[in-house]
Amino acid sequence: MTPKQRNTLIVSGMGFALVLPFIVSNPSHQNYLILVLMFAQIGVAWNILGGYVGQVSLGHVAFFGIGAYTSTVLLVSVGLSPWIGMLIGGVVAAFFGLLIGWICFRFKGHYFTMATIAVAEILQVLFTNWEGVGGAVGLYVPLDQQGWWAMVFNSKLPYYYIALGLFTVTLLANWAIEKSFLGYYFRAIKDDPEAARSLGVSLTDYKLVAIAISSFFAALGGSFYAQKELFIDPGSVLVTSLSIKMSLVTILGGIGSLFGPLVGSVLLTGIEEATRQILGGSGMGIDLIIYATIIIAVAIYYPTGILGWAKRFLRRGKKAEDGA
Amino acid sequence: MNKLLVVDKLGKHFGGIVANEDISFHLDAGQIVGLIGPNGAGKTTLFNCIAGFYPPSEGTIRFLGNDITGMPSPKMAHMGIARTFQIVRSFGSMTVLENVMVGAMLRNKSVSIAHERASDELEFCGLSSRASVPASDLTVAEQRRLEVARALATEPHLLLLDEMMAGLTPSEVQEAVGLVKTIQKRGIACLIVEHVMEGIMPIADHMIVLDYGRKIAEGTPAEISCDPVVLAAYLGE
Ligand SMILES: Nc1ncnc2c1ncn2[C@@H]1O[C@H](COP(=O)(O)OP(=O)(O)O)[C@@H](O)[C@H]1O
Ligand SMILES: [Mg+2]
Repeated sequence: MTPKQRNTLIVSGMGFALVLPFIVSNPSHQNYLILVLMFAQIGVAWNILGGYVGQVSLGHVAFFGIGAYTSTVLLVSVGLSPWIGMLIGGVVAAFFGLLIGWICFRFKGHYFTMATIAVAEILQVLFTNWEGVGGAVGLYVPLDQQGWWAMVFNSKLPYYYIALGLFTVTLLANWAIEKSFLGYYFRAIKDDPEAARSLGVSLTDYKLVAIAISSFFAALGGSFYAQKELFIDPGSVLVTSLSIKMSLVTILGGIGSLFGPLVGSVLLTGIEEATRQILGGSGMGIDLIIYATIIIAVAIYYPTGILGWAKRFLRRGKKAEDGA
Repeated sequence: MNKLLVVDKLGKHFGGIVANEDISFHLDAGQIVGLIGPNGAGKTTLFNCIAGFYPPSEGTIRFLGNDITGMPSPKMAHMGIARTFQIVRSFGSMTVLENVMVGAMLRNKSVSIAHERASDELEFCGLSSRASVPASDLTVAEQRRLEVARALATEPHLLLLDEMMAGLTPSEVQEAVGLVKTIQKRGIACLIVEHVMEGIMPIADHMIVLDYGRKIAEGTPAEISCDPVVLAAYLGE
């Protein structure tokens, strides 16, 4: 793809996304679109650390949860607008990310991943027993104020545009990182940490940069989720299955690529919604079976995800053309 | 001449294995020093200590008058010590140019400036035509030159080259020799580990010979090549 073709694709994709909720007017379908964008957004956030730097976290729900709790607690206790609460939540999550990174980056590879799972599990237990933030009962978003400032709406449409906005902002941040020296350093660390060190790249420093940015954006997604669902509890915003989903949309779509999480989210959220429709309720844990199947399939057949596979496919097609 | 690198009584042990012991030498600015010795003599270990990959167990390393003993490798890169690896380590998901850009970013974080600097170094190392190829697609000889270009992009005062000529054809060795000479013309000192004698003998100002982790001889290439101690080490008693 030439840069011009790419830009045309992005601009027309954005235009399409803007009019999409008018084409899809059924609220439950609109809800699907919101979920797609939301998981794409937190997938992009996860990708900054997991995809670019290669530090696979399966505890990212911790940051998502911190975002959800920070904005909701501030809203419930002092009536602060979720927009501001969201930013504060992002900053809190970033600092928490630095702390977690400072501890967990001592562990390499799989051990790092296991340490992040442990952190998220501990956080879930902590919040379940913390009465000040609703404990096991959870927190309801007050409904006395509605509209943009309160981020509470009767229809799906505004949520869709907020999700689209958040996704776009996160994607732009990811793009800016990819284009800057950080993008080069992140990929260098992932490809060969020792060689990166020999060129003056401090692994700890840049992994911390990555985890802070990644946690910040994951937390924004959490605040949005709270406003969309109007209710949070440890079982919804601090569950490990959410951590798995964040990583899975990215791994499925294309790890370390800008649009991978969106592609993965369209598919994975689609599959989940479909099983929910067919099997009803929570899908009886069928989503976990689907996750497991996808992980195995991607690991064996498409380690670079759908986008990686598509790129190879296009390149092969082009080579065949050039050869003819 | 001012001393660039001074290694004093350096020792490195891995558990019970003594990889380096009581090694002292110095290197002047812009000088080419060859480091030779049989396999397992401790050459790579010495490199790793100077480049900050291992903290030495004993002794000191001074660079440009500063004590740099035990500094981690990113700091060493900042100080002006760059290295290549005996077993090449390129960033496989990046192009050749991008690999070198990572090196150039040490001194300037601007991507466009790094791009320019990296292009210059690729030109210098004769890799311009391969700039946009994935690094993993290069031949061994090209990968070695990529490592040199990447290290040079960090603008070092001292370049550590670990067996850059191993596995090359005679004509590739001659090219590598030419490259080292032009690096020296830029005022960059080189410490070179090399097994390929026809590669190192003609260009080294000074040679150091290691055996069983110790320095057994040093001198000009001519002196070394007729030193009975060195000959014994190489011919195996
Ligand atoms: N990381 C390490 N751990 C344990 N032993 C090592 C390590 N690195 C090198 N050695 C040992 O140190 C000795 C010197 O190795 P090395 O420096 O690689 O030699 P050379 O580069 O001269 O062939 C060898 O006996 C080797 O087995
Ligand atoms: Mg060696």
